Amino acid sequence: MRHLAQSSNAVKKRKGILGGLALVAVATALCWSLLVAPPDAYQGEVQRIMYLHLPSILIAYLSYFLVFIGSGMYLWKREKKDDLLAHAAAELGVLFTVLTIIEGSIWGKPTWGVWWTWDARLTLMAILLLIYAGYLMLRSAIDDEQRAASAAAILGIIGFLDIPLIHMSVYWWRTLHQPPSILRPDKAPWENVHPAMLTALAISFAAFLLLYFYLLSLRYRVGEMRQEIKALRLEREV
Amino acid sequence: MTLVKQAYLLLCKDLLLELRRRDSLLTMFFFGTLLLFVFHFAFDMPPDKVAELAPALLWLAFLFTGTLGLAQLFQAERDNHCLDGLLLSPLDRGALFLAKTGFNLMLMLAVEVVVIPLFWILFNLSGWNLLPQLFLVTLLGTVGFCVLGTITAAITLRARARELLLPLVLFPLMIPVILATIRCMEMVLKTGSFGDATPWLRLLLGFDVIFLTIGVLIFDWVIES
Repeated sequence: MRHLAQSSNAVKKRKGILGGLALVAVATALCWSLLVAPPDAYQGEVQRIMYLHLPSILIAYLSYFLVFIGSGMYLWKREKKDDLLAHAAAELGVLFTVLTIIEGSIWGKPTWGVWWTWDARLTLMAILLLIYAGYLMLRSAIDDEQRAASAAAILGIIGFLDIPLIHMSVYWWRTLHQPPSILRPDKAPWENVHPAMLTALAISFAAFLLLYFYLLSLRYRVGEMRQEIKALRLEREV
Repeated sequence: MTLVKQAYLLLCKDLLLELRRRDSLLTMFFFGTLLLFVFHFAFDMPPDKVAELAPALLWLAFLFTGTLGLAQLFQAERDNHCLDGLLLSPLDRGALFLAKTGFNLMLMLAVEVVVIPLFWILFNLSGWNLLPQLFLVTLLGTVGFCVLGTITAAITLRARARELLLPLVLFPLMIPVILATIRCMEMVLKTGSFGDATPWLRLLLGFDVIFLTIGVLIFDWVIES
């Protein structure tokens, strides 16, 4: 018992350090993207939302990839920790997808003149949101825990494999989104983007990554604690 | 070989049950027809305008009737613990998947074969010669729908309010099929041939093959849960 308390203290400490790092990184990223990086030549100040928008999207995709990995590992090994990982990642994925859509809307209104348009990338984000919101609903609708985990794992795999097909179909359907300005085929990133902008974006991305892993560890711990409470209750009933 | 044979036997069982009771087929057929009437009242417009909307309306009808069929798909297995009996038998789970997909596919195709001409009659559309191409697109789309539909019906089997949950989970995954079939049918109705829509056909075919393979491979995990 004492050993357990010690190890959980060590985990807590590590988590605290991760949280502190994330806080510092987010503060630095905000300073850099709001104060140091220059405003965009065409879009002006509103372009700064890119420093939040781009990392949010990448984090959302990372999340869905983790759902896929966790689901696959769970079906293969049947270990509860993989399922907890998939569940935590799915929730955070939905959170960051919603954030991406909101940030995009705030940027879209002054730039395109509309809050929402049925462009390929926007549509793709909306569909991802629907798929993974369905994933969370499916989980909560099945009472038996193991069955819920298996069913969710299947959906986590199918949903991820469906993404390329959805991507292809909505792209053929329509594309209006501004073409990528950083990863362009004709120019290297440092040739057409101000270096301070790239630095701001890199810092921002690192900050989001730290924040993400901090949140993921918290959410994962919540899942673990639920398991522990359930076990304790069961023990007491017996 | 055993996989196909097992699937065939299971399919025969389901067809026999359906022929005796006719629950799903009749409900789906009447619901599909009913939707056509509802559409007619909702869109009171000349035939040339309806022809532009035809693919979308038809696919809406197929999606709804298909969901109705899927909700009933494992009903026989749920009652009296028949699923446990099936799973206790030395049966390849992939065969169960193929049989259920095939059964739902046959139901939906039976409905579609009637509903598409009925749509043409009710809305006074011309271009009857284009129906074979439309049927081909519909067939490919329906295979995709049934393949993913069977998997989602199986994973929502033990959920609360599963009839409500099924379309919530299934429809977002079906976006490629919905887009591809409707674009293909629009192209056929507009130009009389597939023309520029062949990439969409390939996408549909790819969707069907990918998820059919995945379904056979993972149905073991889907159904034991």
